[in-house]
Amino acid sequence: MTSNFTIELNSLLVALPEIFLISGIVVVLLIDLFLKSKFKQITYHLTHLCLLITGVLSFNLIGNPETVIFSNSFVLDDMGSVFKVFIAGSTMVAMVYSRHYLIEQGLFKGEYFVLILLAVFGMMVMASGSSLLTLYIGLEILSLSLYTLIAIARNRSVSVEAALKYFILGAIASGLLLYGISMVYGISGSINIEEIFAFASGSNLAPRETLILNFGLVFLVIGIAFKLGAVPFHMWVPDVYEGAPTSVTMFLSTVPKIAALAMLVRILIDGLGPMHSYWSDLFIALSLLSIALGSVVAIMQTNIKRMLAYSTISHVGFIMLGFVTGTISGYGSATFYVIVYVLMSLAAFGIVILLNSKGYEADNISDYKGLSKRSPWFALVMLVVMLSMAGVPPFIGFYSKFFILQQVVSAGFLTIAIIAVVFAVISAYYYLQIIKSMYFDDSESEAVIKAPMDMKIVLSINGALILVVGLFPDFWMKLAVSLF
Amino acid sequence: MDYNLLSLLIWLPILGGVVVILVGNSRPETARWLSIAISIIVFVLSIDLLSGYDSSTHSMQFVEQFSWITQFDINYHIGVDGISLPLIILTTFSTILVIVAGWEVITRRVAHYMAAFLIMEGLIIGVFSSLDAILFYAFWEASLIPMLLIIGIWGGDNRVYAAIKFFLYTFLGSVFMLISLIYMYNKGGSFSILAMHEMDLSLVEQSWIFWAFFMAFAVKVPMFPVHTWLPDAHVQAPTGGSVILAAIMLKMGGYGFFRFSLPITPDASLEFSEVVIILSLIAIVYIGFVALVQRDMKKLIAYSSISHMGFVTLGVFALFLAYKPGATEGALLGLEGAMVQMISHGFISAAMFLVVGVLYDRLHSREIATYGGVINSMPKFTGFAVLFAMANAGLPATSGFVGEFMVILGAIQANIWYAVLASLTLILGAAYTLWMVKRVFWGPITNDAVKELNDINGREFAILAILALAVLIVGMYPQPVIEVMHASIENLLQQGLNSKL
Repeated sequence: MTSNFTIELNSLLVALPEIFLISGIVVVLLIDLFLKSKFKQITYHLTHLCLLITGVLSFNLIGNPETVIFSNSFVLDDMGSVFKVFIAGSTMVAMVYSRHYLIEQGLFKGEYFVLILLAVFGMMVMASGSSLLTLYIGLEILSLSLYTLIAIARNRSVSVEAALKYFILGAIASGLLLYGISMVYGISGSINIEEIFAFASGSNLAPRETLILNFGLVFLVIGIAFKLGAVPFHMWVPDVYEGAPTSVTMFLSTVPKIAALAMLVRILIDGLGPMHSYWSDLFIALSLLSIALGSVVAIMQTNIKRMLAYSTISHVGFIMLGFVTGTISGYGSATFYVIVYVLMSLAAFGIVILLNSKGYEADNISDYKGLSKRSPWFALVMLVVMLSMAGVPPFIGFYSKFFILQQVVSAGFLTIAIIAVVFAVISAYYYLQIIKSMYFDDSESEAVIKAPMDMKIVLSINGALILVVGLFPDFWMKLAVSLF
Repeated sequence: MDYNLLSLLIWLPILGGVVVILVGNSRPETARWLSIAISIIVFVLSIDLLSGYDSSTHSMQFVEQFSWITQFDINYHIGVDGISLPLIILTTFSTILVIVAGWEVITRRVAHYMAAFLIMEGLIIGVFSSLDAILFYAFWEASLIPMLLIIGIWGGDNRVYAAIKFFLYTFLGSVFMLISLIYMYNKGGSFSILAMHEMDLSLVEQSWIFWAFFMAFAVKVPMFPVHTWLPDAHVQAPTGGSVILAAIMLKMGGYGFFRFSLPITPDASLEFSEVVIILSLIAIVYIGFVALVQRDMKKLIAYSSISHMGFVTLGVFALFLAYKPGATEGALLGLEGAMVQMISHGFISAAMFLVVGVLYDRLHSREIATYGGVINSMPKFTGFAVLFAMANAGLPATSGFVGEFMVILGAIQANIWYAVLASLTLILGAAYTLWMVKRVFWGPITNDAVKELNDINGREFAILAILALAVLIVGMYPQPVIEVMHASIENLLQQGLNSKL
């Protein structure tokens, strides 16, 4: 414990993206303080700049040998760096989609962007945490920023209610996670991921030790499942998705999933990997419940944000299925699925935001009626996104499901694969409902879709990627597998 | 062939469709001419494919192979043999007809309509030429999307129900196929369809895989009892959609039995052949009776399609019973009959739906009761209609007779009772088709609307005349069609009869 406390300049470089980001946050916060409201655009652009540089710095660290610093509590490896690049990148995309919406809803404030940056910081810590405590701190930084972001529309009671609900349930989940951490610490004597791994893989674990480790494990799994929004810990998801301002919903449904995946990998694979046979059973149950509930309940929704919430739950089920195989390519398949999910979900919420106009939130599926006439191009993008989410080739959503299914089948869980695809077909029904509204129904409003050019361009690229990456998924699949 | 002809056949219509979309709905005339030009070029190219095809061998030709997804060793691997080639020609041929048929009738979103058919043409050619299972699956599923939109956007009053039912039905069928493909990949390490043909599988494995395939293909064919989506889809689809659906998409199911079920799971196919045969006979006989009572012309033709497609599955699975050591003729007849039946049904059903389309365009009704005495105001049209009706009923000298006759000959070798039941279709088919003809075309004019009908114009005449020629040529001289497929079918027969156990 002693020698590690000497921090060398060299080892600080390992955490450069985080250090840069946290300094950037302070600078943005201070600059924003002195900006008149008509210059708030500057904060927005500074935030972009911060994220861009953070992303580039993380990108430059890819390929560095694995390094552990700060008393073994912070690890630099390729998985972390790649995840950080994705976190920074997808946050930027989400911000481009949000700008117009925030201005129209009167939420274009400096705090919003600072909170986003803080959330990103929390997620980056999660991606690099190599002790349970670091991971927990990262998670709390993220969660507290999210609670506040949801409540940022403080005059809207639904938003405040959603924030409060998320806060209370999130606090319980954090408590459970901490309880699990304390159990694991109590029996293994360490909060360091590597040491926990060494302890758990020890050959002469007493039954009592295994039992307590398992006991802690269950709570850790529950904490992670809550953050991912897996059934039966999903109760907050639809309400929060519906209540939060759409731009926040978009952010919270996409980027934190990458971080949650990172945390999952750190705790359950890097740390408790030897206990895989115990937690994979839990994962099977959680996955199947999520896929089933997400697919069936979404059918009844009339609000598109709620529908997408349930769709997320079912996607999370698929992501977790990737972990039950316990193989490197299984973890890779889950990572690939998360990347794909973020890509699809960003585009879906991008369209939802696009349809909003001043003082009117186009949250209902009926608002999509006749979209193919009002805006043929974005209706096409939404068509692609919906079919991709349903898992129809040649769109990318198919390959992510295919990869997971291939892994599940190769691990011998044929029945699980069959159940999963049957529910995937059921879920196709509600994706088709959106397509039906857009293409088969006549428009009720003639409102022209107004959106700034930058959003239109990014959204178009986003939609095109869902097809193009679908046609050439090889690179991304290989990348996902190479992280483990 | 120095250039990648097959790839060109797949991607030219798809990219052409994209260009047509870019031309936009605001310039319908350009979109129409561009579409017809593309579809004719594709047809000419497909004829080039036919002329370059060597029918003396069963091996795959025009093969192209590039690695695509190396993570799973998935290749962009395409090629044709005697089973896929006729179906590809049928596809390129039907697409031209559909585009011409939609020329004046479709006034809403013309460019999108044409583009949907062009893109679907490319995807379906992809289905017929894929030699990699995942490539096949991707084309197979992707081809649902344009059809979904065609039914949903340009369809009738109840189009939403029909479109979604169509999509979900076929989607549910195919996901099980995906699982079994993945299973075979995990076992054999390759998604190559030809490698799957050679793969050793136990009877239990084969049975599961057989039923998974069966779900996918039986829905598509469609076989009794999973046929209920078809009448809905046909009734609601615009004429062009019905034509493609009946002429080509149903054949994808039949093709699946040829390409996957028989060679990959021969022992399970033998094991369950009687079940499939009985389902086919139910389709032929029972659905024939159902067709008899329809009041809607499109529904009637849809049910008659199901009944006729029953011959395809009957011909395929009768081979196990028809085969006697040393005498492959019966089995061969059944299989070739099934192929000929697919081609012929492609022509006849397309023609029948176009005939109904001609009437629907004028009076906007599919009800038989709306019409009566059409011959008085539309004599030329009635001539064609009666010819196609006869072909649908299986009159000798039309293509409808050849396939059914060959299948019945094959079925006699299997079991005389199968043949007896199957030949009931000659009575039933004649009954429902000719009764419809009697009520719609013959007799005195029943109302003023019919009286004022205009006879077919040059465009309609041309389409129907081409189809009439096709029906008659295949009917009178089917030998060229059979020759193209003969070597491949013989090889398939060997694959089907060689036990993997």
